[in-house]
Amino acid sequence: MTLEFLGTLRGLAYLAAGMMFILSLRGLSTQESARRGNLLGILGMTLAVVITAAVFLFNVTGGQGGLSFDGPESSGTTTGLLAAALIGGGAIGAMLAARVAMTSMPELVAVLHSFVGAAAVLVGIATYLQPSGMEGARTIHLVEIYVGILVGAVTFSGSIIAFTKLRGIVGSRPLMLPGRHLLNLGLLVGSAVLGGLFLQAPGAEGLPYLLAMTALALVLGVHLVMAIGGGDMPVVVSLLNSYSGWAAAAAGFMLSNDLLIVTGALVGSSGAILSIIMCRAMNRSIWNVVFGGFGAAPPKKVAAGEAAPAGKVNETSVKEVASQLLAAKNVIIVPGYGMAVAQAQHAVKEISSLLIEKGVNVRYAIHPVAGRLPGHMNVLLAEANVSYEIVKEMEEINEDFAHTDMVLVIGANDIVNPSALDDPGSPIYGMPVLEVWKAARVVMLKRSMNAGYAGIDNPLAYRDNTFMLFGDARKSVTNLLTELRA
Amino acid sequence: MNAGIPKETAPHERRVAASPDTVQRLRKLGLDVLVQSGAGVESGFPDEVFIQAGARIVLDVRALYAESDLLLKVRPPTPAEADLVKPGAVVIGFFWPAQNKPLIERLAARKATVLAMDAVPRITRAQRMDALSAMANIAGYRAVLEAANHFDRFIPGQITAAGRAKPARVLVLGAGVAGLAAIAAARALGAVVSAFDTREAVREQVASLGASFIAFDFKEEGEGQGGYAKEMSAAYLAAEQALIATHAEQSDIVISTALIPGKPAPQLITSGAVVAMPEGSIIVDMAAEQGGNCPLTERDKVVVKHGVTIIGYTDLPSRMARQSSELYASTVTNLVESLFDKDKRFFIDVDDEIHRGALVLKDGALMWPPPARPKPAAPAPAPKVEVRSAPAGAAAHAAPNAPKKSGLGAQVALALLIVLFAAAGLFGPPEFLQHLTVFLLACVVGYHVVWSVTPALHTPLMSVTNAISGIILVGGMVSLGSHAGLIANVLAAVAILLAAINVAGGFLVTQRMLRMFRK
Repeated sequence: MTLEFLGTLRGLAYLAAGMMFILSLRGLSTQESARRGNLLGILGMTLAVVITAAVFLFNVTGGQGGLSFDGPESSGTTTGLLAAALIGGGAIGAMLAARVAMTSMPELVAVLHSFVGAAAVLVGIATYLQPSGMEGARTIHLVEIYVGILVGAVTFSGSIIAFTKLRGIVGSRPLMLPGRHLLNLGLLVGSAVLGGLFLQAPGAEGLPYLLAMTALALVLGVHLVMAIGGGDMPVVVSLLNSYSGWAAAAAGFMLSNDLLIVTGALVGSSGAILSIIMCRAMNRSIWNVVFGGFGAAPPKKVAAGEAAPAGKVNETSVKEVASQLLAAKNVIIVPGYGMAVAQAQHAVKEISSLLIEKGVNVRYAIHPVAGRLPGHMNVLLAEANVSYEIVKEMEEINEDFAHTDMVLVIGANDIVNPSALDDPGSPIYGMPVLEVWKAARVVMLKRSMNAGYAGIDNPLAYRDNTFMLFGDARKSVTNLLTELRA
Repeated sequence: MNAGIPKETAPHERRVAASPDTVQRLRKLGLDVLVQSGAGVESGFPDEVFIQAGARIVLDVRALYAESDLLLKVRPPTPAEADLVKPGAVVIGFFWPAQNKPLIERLAARKATVLAMDAVPRITRAQRMDALSAMANIAGYRAVLEAANHFDRFIPGQITAAGRAKPARVLVLGAGVAGLAAIAAARALGAVVSAFDTREAVREQVASLGASFIAFDFKEEGEGQGGYAKEMSAAYLAAEQALIATHAEQSDIVISTALIPGKPAPQLITSGAVVAMPEGSIIVDMAAEQGGNCPLTERDKVVVKHGVTIIGYTDLPSRMARQSSELYASTVTNLVESLFDKDKRFFIDVDDEIHRGALVLKDGALMWPPPARPKPAAPAPAPKVEVRSAPAGAAAHAAPNAPKKSGLGAQVALALLIVLFAAAGLFGPPEFLQHLTVFLLACVVGYHVVWSVTPALHTPLMSVTNAISGIILVGGMVSLGSHAGLIANVLAAVAILLAAINVAGGFLVTQRMLRMFRK
């Protein structure tokens, strides 16, 4: 086998892998084709890794160069390193994937993003340290490395913070430093200045500047995510998803590797679109989420709070809810993050199956930003074996609330808040919400009268047709199930 | 201020613009009400009941017009009547300003203010003044009764000792107010009813009345401005006619109500369709006044063509004059009441959507047609690649899902891209430009592919993209090499380790999740 042939083969394999990734994302457009999509992704990745490894190994026997890039030469040490890293990493990943609870998906996704970011930083530095590949357009190559490391570092530290927030290690309240915009700007300017110095430095002498910039970028990532509140986490996670893609694409630029560029761009635009979808679902601009935080809520808020219907809520009991559910013809269940936290999805599923058996038309209504991850609720319900055909998106079901006898709101708050539609003073005014109050009767399962993540009162609780069932979501749901079975 | 109610002079017109009830309401506004002698006789309101309600009876039509500052009519005035209007008076009634230009000019010469009941916008707040709907409701009901009257069989199905009668099959074309009223009336008589409308949105209303909906699958949006049906293309009409013909063939009674405002009625029932209909079946063409939905219709007549009785009455509401007059008078009075402010002063508010919509002439100045209102805000479809139609100028919360960005952002981005490309081409090495091309193309592909992902799969999408962004693994492998030095190699190996976790973790967890999704 000649090296030239190997080079061509590699090109073809990369093309095939790129195509497979595109088809993989395409496959996710429907539930039916999604698994095939994932398999295509695995296939593409395997192909890419195998061909790269082959080129790497063949270089030993092949001797001279001839491939289009400065071929890495394998030796006992590097081959060992490669094998150890691949096998070790694969094993750790497999273990994580097998162990993670579906409610912890957001944390897993966040921490995986940080790995991509870290890998981009490390690859960037490793590339810089390599003496070869520096000829020709040195400046542009250095810029590629610099940008790659910058994006990678922001992704890394940002994802780590997102992870800690989702885990609850760090509070979900946004951190509002005074002059935070200036701080961000300062960090960026600082990075640019260091970049200038870095480009001037001959050989590998720019390393200190590179490392200093990495530090600045890490601080930037931490600060950006710290400033964002818990309710905006779906946007942050998808934004970091996007960054991790751009980091991979930047690595592709610095390594002159088209597969990395294509894949990175795919992931980058995917994450960007998800962020846009999430932002639209909250009727806010991406800038508002990233830089504004919720601290910028209008001062009218206080006045609105006073105007809010003070006080009287209707309480109900498990027994009452159970008999009403059995008497209802149409029931819609609205799950929120509270259901995920309480791990109540299985019990909720049991309730819906029981009701369906008794001839009740039961459906689930999912708000786009319910949970801490785009599509989080869908995954949880799928885990509990709820048929995806009765799980409806907000647009599909919002009009049906008017013809619904009973709505069960389980651990959701802001996404069913009527002030989003009728109170211009509310910080979430204009956000599309599930209009549950149009149903004949709404039962809210809540731990207490605390406000949701947006930190605002929910007038839904005070409506005449709203009944509160206080208590831990799982306990309430389990009791309800027992009562229904009785 | 005097309010005058003249006797209607149009042929077949039996309605009147006031009832004893509304006379009392008008008087509460501080108006003196003058009623022309005999104006209400055909509606079942002789002069005495108007007198009892507090109206003054005026014998001479000229005197009535001369004294009335506010004239309430049903039909548009004739030219002779228009010339009698007191200079500067307010006239309210049906006007159809698009078809009656000369009349409007005549009234303009009298410096009259004209409010057209037919131009009251169809918005929720104006429902109480919606005379068209009130009349259409009656007309739809009456149309069924006229059909039943000419139909020589039972309408409901009956099983008698003497034999079995099948229920009549009624086809209603157009599910507007008249169509829905016809459906309800036909159902009440026991008919089997199906209804056709091009607007998918009315399916639910049709179903709620117990009729089956005939869907028409032809891509052209039928929802016009302000909720009226609009005109369709020729191909569309042909497809529509074909569909209606097949259904008409199986119907005993066809009630057609299809109208396009200001245009001749669409010819939905072709002559061929009439020929194919069973002997003894009935067509009530409620669009006869606008030329009819069937070419064989003769205005104001009942004709039998090819064994099918075709009823072309244009005065269906007038055939129930008492009911029509009561409801019409009530809508007119609702409008009049809205024209008086709290202090009982007469005031036309041109900023009010209802007043502005109905206003044809203001002190002789032409105000019609009113400035276009934003289109009805369609519910935003699920995210797709297609450009969504954002209602121009609609309040922000009316369509919260519509993209707010104007084209400006896209243009700036495009300009930036061109500059970037030019710079890359001029100063960068050729490979860089090539990489940039690949990069941008991949961005475009990614953009289009990802929009089609169903929201339910967003979490798997994230974990898959996460896994494939582990492609940086390849980057790490490329950086690995014996010439790279120990530090670089260790860094690369750590990168590979991290990326491998990502790849394996991402794909496997996606697999685990997707396995859970089931029907």
